[in-house]
Amino acid sequence: MSFIVNGNAVTGPADPRVSLLDHLRETLHLTGTKKGCNQGACGACTVLVDGERILSCLALAVQYDGRQITTIEGLGEAGTLHPLQTAFIEYDGFQCGYCTPGQICSAIGMAAEARRGVPSNVSANLSDNVTLTREEVQERMSGNLCRCGAHNGIIDAIQATITSERVTEVTA
Amino acid sequence: MTPFSYTRAEDVSDAVRLGAGDATAFLGGGTNLVDLMRETVAQPDRLVDVTGLSNAIAETADGGLLIGAAVRNTALAEHQAVRTRYPVLSRAILAGASGQIRNMATVGGNLLQRTRCTYFYDTDGSRCNKRTPGTGCDAREGFSRIHAILGASDACVATHPSDMCVALTMLEATVHIEGRDGARTLAFGDLHRLPGDRPDLDTVLSPGELITAIALPPLRFAARSTYRKVRDRASYAFALISVAAAVEMDGDRIGDVRIAFGGVAHKPWRATKVEAALRGASPTEAAFRAAAAAEFADARSLRDNAFKPELATRTLAAVLADLVKGEVA
Amino acid sequence: MSIVETAKQAVQGVMQGAMEKLVPLAPDSWIPGGRPDPLIARKHGLIGTPISRLDGALKVKGEATFAAEFRFDEMAYAALAYATIPRGRIAAVDSAAAEGAPGVVLVMTHRNAPRMNKPGVFGSSPTAVGPADLPILQDDRIHWNGQPIACVLAKTQDQADHAASLLRFTYDEEPSTTSLEGAKANGIEQGLFMGQPLLNEIGDAKAALATAPHVVDQVYRTPRHNHNPIEPHAATIAWVDGELVIHDASQMVTAQAQTIGEVFDLDLAQVRLTSPYVGGGFGSKGLWDHQIIGAAAAKLAQRPVRIALSREGVYRVVGGRSLTEQRVAIGATADGDFDALIHTGLSVMTPHNNMPEPVILGTRAAYACPNITLQVEVARMNMLANTFMRAPGEAVGTFALECSIDELAVDLGMDPVELRIRNEPDKDPTSGLAFSSRHIVEAWRSGAEQFGWADRPAVAGERRDGEWQVGMGCATGTYPYYRMPGAQARITLTREGDTVRAKIEVAAAEMGMGTSTTTAIVAAERLALPMECIEIGYGDSSIPGAIMAGGSQQTAAIGAAVIAAQNALVAELLKLAGNDSPLAGLSADEVDSKDGGLAKRDDLTRRESYASILTRAQRDSITVTEAASQPLELMRWSMHSHSAIFCEVRVNAITGETRVSRILGSFDCGRILNPKTAKSQFRGGIIMGLGMALMEETQFDERSGRIMNPSLAEYHIPVHLDVPEIDVIWTDIADPHTPMGAHGIGEIGITGVAAAVANAVYNATGKRVRDLPITLDKLM
Repeated sequence: MSFIVNGNAVTGPADPRVSLLDHLRETLHLTGTKKGCNQGACGACTVLVDGERILSCLALAVQYDGRQITTIEGLGEAGTLHPLQTAFIEYDGFQCGYCTPGQICSAIGMAAEARRGVPSNVSANLSDNVTLTREEVQERMSGNLCRCGAHNGIIDAIQATITSERVTEVTA
Repeated sequence: MTPFSYTRAEDVSDAVRLGAGDATAFLGGGTNLVDLMRETVAQPDRLVDVTGLSNAIAETADGGLLIGAAVRNTALAEHQAVRTRYPVLSRAILAGASGQIRNMATVGGNLLQRTRCTYFYDTDGSRCNKRTPGTGCDAREGFSRIHAILGASDACVATHPSDMCVALTMLEATVHIEGRDGARTLAFGDLHRLPGDRPDLDTVLSPGELITAIALPPLRFAARSTYRKVRDRASYAFALISVAAAVEMDGDRIGDVRIAFGGVAHKPWRATKVEAALRGASPTEAAFRAAAAAEFADARSLRDNAFKPELATRTLAAVLADLVKGEVA
Repeated sequence: MSIVETAKQAVQGVMQGAMEKLVPLAPDSWIPGGRPDPLIARKHGLIGTPISRLDGALKVKGEATFAAEFRFDEMAYAALAYATIPRGRIAAVDSAAAEGAPGVVLVMTHRNAPRMNKPGVFGSSPTAVGPADLPILQDDRIHWNGQPIACVLAKTQDQADHAASLLRFTYDEEPSTTSLEGAKANGIEQGLFMGQPLLNEIGDAKAALATAPHVVDQVYRTPRHNHNPIEPHAATIAWVDGELVIHDASQMVTAQAQTIGEVFDLDLAQVRLTSPYVGGGFGSKGLWDHQIIGAAAAKLAQRPVRIALSREGVYRVVGGRSLTEQRVAIGATADGDFDALIHTGLSVMTPHNNMPEPVILGTRAAYACPNITLQVEVARMNMLANTFMRAPGEAVGTFALECSIDELAVDLGMDPVELRIRNEPDKDPTSGLAFSSRHIVEAWRSGAEQFGWADRPAVAGERRDGEWQVGMGCATGTYPYYRMPGAQARITLTREGDTVRAKIEVAAAEMGMGTSTTTAIVAAERLALPMECIEIGYGDSSIPGAIMAGGSQQTAAIGAAVIAAQNALVAELLKLAGNDSPLAGLSADEVDSKDGGLAKRDDLTRRESYASILTRAQRDSITVTEAASQPLELMRWSMHSHSAIFCEVRVNAITGETRVSRILGSFDCGRILNPKTAKSQFRGGIIMGLGMALMEETQFDERSGRIMNPSLAEYHIPVHLDVPEIDVIWTDIADPHTPMGAHGIGEIGITGVAAAVANAVYNATGKRVRDLPITLDKLM
């Protein structure tokens, strides 16, 4: 089996136990994707599969045959920062930096969901018309824990980058 | 994680054939099973990946919806027909887990997720009749905030953790099942079991049986339905109590009503006593409370969850009041 | 006597008594901080300018290398097995299945682990930072439920985890104490902190309380907490030519290397511990069993080891904050003047460590009162060693004290802000020392105005917004200024043509506080070089000195070391400059750094650039290493940071759910060096305080001594939706007696927050919750 990681075809693991997260970190040495809990409770391992955000710790790598995977290392153009990465620095959306790649990948996936009209638990109605208010962004990002307490900076960075007007522009 | 083999099923018959082994498990999004395997609560020899099976949401002849078991939670929650005709189902799904997990988790897998009782997960250090029948239950006298108040047994006080299933119970969905002996259907309310003396069995499914789809029947007043979840933080936590409800008014009285609770029992709890008490009743706070009192008359609480009957009662009353006023969508 | 020896003795209290008597008598100029740091007077430089983190680009790209991301060839992966009884002996180990499992390299238990010395328990010597006074994998004894008792090495993590799950242990269980009541019954002891009893008696508080016209007297409880940094504890370890190399996640780099060296009979020079990035610590990223087990396994297997704890493993191996029961009693006059203040607490620890949660520390200097009794007692039980967690003492101590003051304010019918200001002391009420810098009243006034405190509902439970009851509360936060001995700084100036760059190396740790950025800002100012010419080295035990990222003291420790090193550098440069320099004949006291060089302080025409000095001396570089002064200022002044926390909560009248809708922290923490990172640190502490107030609790099963929620799913910390926009302001008044006029700010943020929330909940509902966390069932 094989899949595409950040544009490169790579071979999957022989052992079906290996999570996508461990395969990225230990075999491909793409350590930007972090292991925080290994049980789907923190979001640090968030990556994009065909543009959708998932938790790579709960994903057995063998399940992702042929899929397009984007990690933090694959965002933006080579040699430059993705606008969201720039915003995280500008708005100080991190301290230790450990949850950061997951927050950024999650925010990009979140923007895609909002763009196609997926409602959230705080949406007042279930219509297609999603406005990414601060509360909406907070709810949609709640699967990404931060313990240093950079929450305000994270939401500021996302809101500055993924406003409802610009939501169509921000992709991986 | 104990070693296992992995096979991807091409279609339902393939899956049923591959799933025939004793220690075989069907793998959906993996959001619960992979965790259970990592904790060695589950130790299948073989995983049959069924995420390639039906992920369609189709209209049925009777005016309902047929939802493939491989439909992802997000896809179901965002589907237009679900949002407009069964808002309770969208709301319940969106109240659960996180965006990432909803993108991974399948409908079939959501039905089969296992309890969050921490003694169940503690394979080395705690006794659990659900994990290892006959060993005892350390939860009964232990941390029991998320545990059952209805339908529990001496053997087990666990709750079913799903939000989506509470809505499906209330909507009287039908579960489509395939096994070696052919296809069958099951009323959703009959899928999950009360623990009795076999808490290891969460459902009535036989080994090797595969959930292939969920059928939602038409329910005119489901358009006026909602889901409210109460938990220990604002998001990304399992329910302490949840309520799925739909109301149809008949003049200034309640014509028909559907209620299910989450967080109270080993299965999503259809509140038939509440429903019976409210049909034809005037929609007052007193009526709501009296109806809930009937449902929780038999409630038995543990050390940490004595608040649940009152919390469930209040939440129910608030949800019904909102539905009657037409203030939720 | 060497500096290290002096420091050791000072810490151990041998000299402490004598110094405490002498230091207050000495002239100010003899004391560090007696003459204000010249940087305090410099108003238009980099200090105080918001500057983005220098390591920001690396972190947002995922390129910062954390402990579990270092690699060695032939590295094996470790998995641990944990005891399931609280106390007893291992009677038998069945490891056959594990040893035969695929990929297994080694199964190590007490039966085959290499012989090692017991690590010195934290505080037993200045270099000892061990978790408990216990040997690690050296015998069959079980001391807590969850103790690591075996280590499996395998070629992959999955193989190691699987093999560890196959290990079977048989125990001979022995009587244990795992309940609070049982621990109390076994005996209650006076708590000691840094060797000193946690006990203060001023006047006769009991008698004064008995006659006070207004009295509040209540018991407050706080549960166990865990730090929960998102990076689980991990180390990548190799023995290279007899030397031990550890890539760790550490907030006490050098001390940790020293303790590990002592375990393996190695000199400090034979242990190299690096920790360039730490994924959050909050007190937890120290030495625990896993690094020693990993190093032992690497030694036994003769191959490098990665030991990355699972999240459950973190809860089993890494201790957290202990529980507390606290009584606060205040007696006051009708005008609100305090006449009696009693704050006593009981905490639990183990038979093998010494960390009574010191809940009274913040109370010692808090309020003017003629009669004060403060005491912490402790009972012991069989559990994982507890440890310091963000603001040990103050975080939970301010909950009890500041709720009590709110209760008194209600009783008196006074505004709680005015009640606090009314009892503001003019000197430290327990030590009698003058305050070095205390502008808490300014913090209260500016905070109240910015928050809109005047709009607070005067009567509890009267404001409603739909289902939500709305209320406001406030509390004082406090944390001391510390500076530990042992810090050194090494400065290297390097010349390339006309450009001179400086590298400043300190054996400090960066867990996200912004230390490396702030150090660069301060160094650029001190050396008068542009930021882009500054490089900071840290997180490596090969750097001289020892600096701990704990006690919010790292900024001061680095600051004092850099002051010393810069003074030495100036002296060396003046020597190099010689007689042909415009600086000829000047002493170090007469010159200052200016525009990339040195200049006479009162005659800027007499200046020479670093490049020119080095060029004339035919030098490409110059390096100086110098130790910081002894922290005698701590004995001269009462030194503290302060905050005024305001918050607004919404409590759902139906469900009892509490949401914090607004919060403001008004801080008095000396001069703020980098507003950008400081704001984040303050907010981070406040958010951890919100978690403590509303949801955090380590569930310790008193039947088994086992932690039952060892997971981020079941131990709730605040998620994005729990966190409102947090307003942060500060007085920015420099403390004249500290380096840069600054105070460390890593811990003060959490203090006072739980009380402010609880007080706001009271204001919203009329319900007083004295047991944390404030869960919905307590408000229904």
